[in-house]
Amino acid sequence: MKTLINIKDLHASINGKEILKGLNLEVKPGEIHAVMGPNGAGKSTLASVLAGREEYEITEGTVDFDGKDLLELSTEDRAREGLFLAFQYPVEIPGVSNVNFLRTALNEIREYNGQEQISAKDFMALVREKSTLVELDSKLASRSVNEGFSGGEKKRNEIFQMAMLQPKLAILDETDSGLDIDALRIVANGVNKLKTPENGAIVITHYQRLLDYIVPDFVHVLYDGKIVKSGSKELALELEEKGYDWIKEELEKAH
Amino acid sequence: MNTKLDQFRSKLTPSKVKIDQTLLDQADAYLNGREFPTRRDEFWKYTRLTKISNLEVNVNASIIQSVPEEAIINPNAQKIVFENGVYRKDLSDDIHQVSGIEFKEKGNSNFKFQEDVFYALNYKYSTDAITIDIESKTILKDPIHLIMISTGQGSVSMPRIAINAAKFSESEFIVSTHDVNSQNCLSNVVIEADVHENAKLTINKIQNEKSSNFSVFNERVDQALNSCFTINTLTLNGSWIRNNVRINVKGQNAETHLMGAYVTNENQHLDNHTLIDHLAPNCQSNELYKGVLDGKSTGVFNGKVFVRKDAQKINAFQSNGNVLLSDDATINSKPELEIYADDVKCSHGSTTGQLDEDAVYYLRTRGLSEKSARHLLVAAFIGDVLEKIEDEHVVKYAENALSKRYGWSF
Repeated sequence: MKTLINIKDLHASINGKEILKGLNLEVKPGEIHAVMGPNGAGKSTLASVLAGREEYEITEGTVDFDGKDLLELSTEDRAREGLFLAFQYPVEIPGVSNVNFLRTALNEIREYNGQEQISAKDFMALVREKSTLVELDSKLASRSVNEGFSGGEKKRNEIFQMAMLQPKLAILDETDSGLDIDALRIVANGVNKLKTPENGAIVITHYQRLLDYIVPDFVHVLYDGKIVKSGSKELALELEEKGYDWIKEELEKAH
Repeated sequence: MNTKLDQFRSKLTPSKVKIDQTLLDQADAYLNGREFPTRRDEFWKYTRLTKISNLEVNVNASIIQSVPEEAIINPNAQKIVFENGVYRKDLSDDIHQVSGIEFKEKGNSNFKFQEDVFYALNYKYSTDAITIDIESKTILKDPIHLIMISTGQGSVSMPRIAINAAKFSESEFIVSTHDVNSQNCLSNVVIEADVHENAKLTINKIQNEKSSNFSVFNERVDQALNSCFTINTLTLNGSWIRNNVRINVKGQNAETHLMGAYVTNENQHLDNHTLIDHLAPNCQSNELYKGVLDGKSTGVFNGKVFVRKDAQKINAFQSNGNVLLSDDATINSKPELEIYADDVKCSHGSTTGQLDEDAVYYLRTRGLSEKSARHLLVAAFIGDVLEKIEDEHVVKYAENALSKRYGWSF
């Protein structure tokens, strides 16, 4: 069976400090993988490196994304190949309307893939359909990107954008942070509705809470720049109960 | 010994337009023996006048046969066309036909002397002068468009426009500059407006000259009780421009809006000087200028707000924002407040920076190319000013001009 993304022995550093220290992760179509871990383990670095943030230096390893060498692609080409990052802290962009930039994005993605531009009518229909899906007020959809949005609205807007762009692989970077339970449910519903047998998701989270709503096929523990433990969704519950210390202890014993 | 200003004046033709003799004497007295201001003068600190004093001046015959298409901004507007500062009646609309407007060619008389070298030059060497009276209670449906076109080599345009917005009138003027086969021309335009009680006047100024011409714009506006005046200055292109806006708010409960958007590139130089003088209480003024500078271009923003001793309860807001797109672009921004009243609410601010790189990255993660992302952000920055302009034709024109020149999409 083909893989969506295959990360092998990934090492990445920023300002000379190594954060990822040989990370391996493979996601197949239709799978949701949760990546959990304590603060400073490298969770957000993983998201940034995959999305192509230029501050990070890749020192070793490979990332195959649906047959392409991901690390060779520019940030925008990764998006055009079907990678999507839902930001932990979505950026506010005054004056740039959500729908305006999404139309440009969608058309540039289509152009890259040799497809025709979307018509204004089809685009607006898509906006209506997808904003309903994530219960995003259509007024918000046409407002400036994230400007003056509440924390929950920002996260919902991330999922709305994801719905609009229909990526092969979505990376949700701590999408649950700062969300109350209702917002969390809406965001998770959006993600679940967008799931197909062809696409996949990496859900990065600190807490097990989100995984009550987005049920993962696999749970991985990221610690000190590596995946140190993988398991089924029950692993998340175990982590919730015992914290991350027992994993540290296990690791120390093994050495 | 002759000063450089004297030498420059010897190249000009004294005005044949009727003007008040006292004013002419005052202009003469002011100019005689005077030198061009230098960078030692605070008012001209960042703008050199050497190139103007060295201009090769020519008197050129008119060449244009029709109004160039690019000079049409609002198709419904009444056009008044000037070529090299001379009124072209043959190309203009018959404004006498419009009810509520009184239009006078060849002369205007209600000027007061302004101690300034460019005002004085305009009085003394004016190429033409017109007066437009908007009669009381007239509400103009469509704007009046003053189209100023430079043609030929070294032409000097010194038109003078007087606008009287009578009580309870409402009107919009568009003033735009263009060029046809021209080089090294100088425009020195004076616009004087009286906004009477309860009148509303808007001036939308669009500067869009492509070639190496020089432009000095001098607007002087007096506002009376309950009046509302707006001036929007959009500098889309032009190699050397100085804008001097002076607004004297003399009546209570007056409202003043100044918006400016400027986009410069290459070796362009743009200097915006504004002055709002609050002489009466209970007024509000609102000023927002935003600019994007690229290449080796240089910009100046100097916005001064005076609040005189008796002008209590003034609400004055001023803001200037700049984005520098290249390491070689420069902006000198100086917001100034001088307050002599004690019960006022005034604020001013100036920001200069680069595009938000986090926003660029965010947009790229959505599939936008770096270029599109930057264009979108720059257009949004300037769009903040454009969206406040009421005349949609003016906004569309500016957006199209910028899209054409820079590929930005709004």
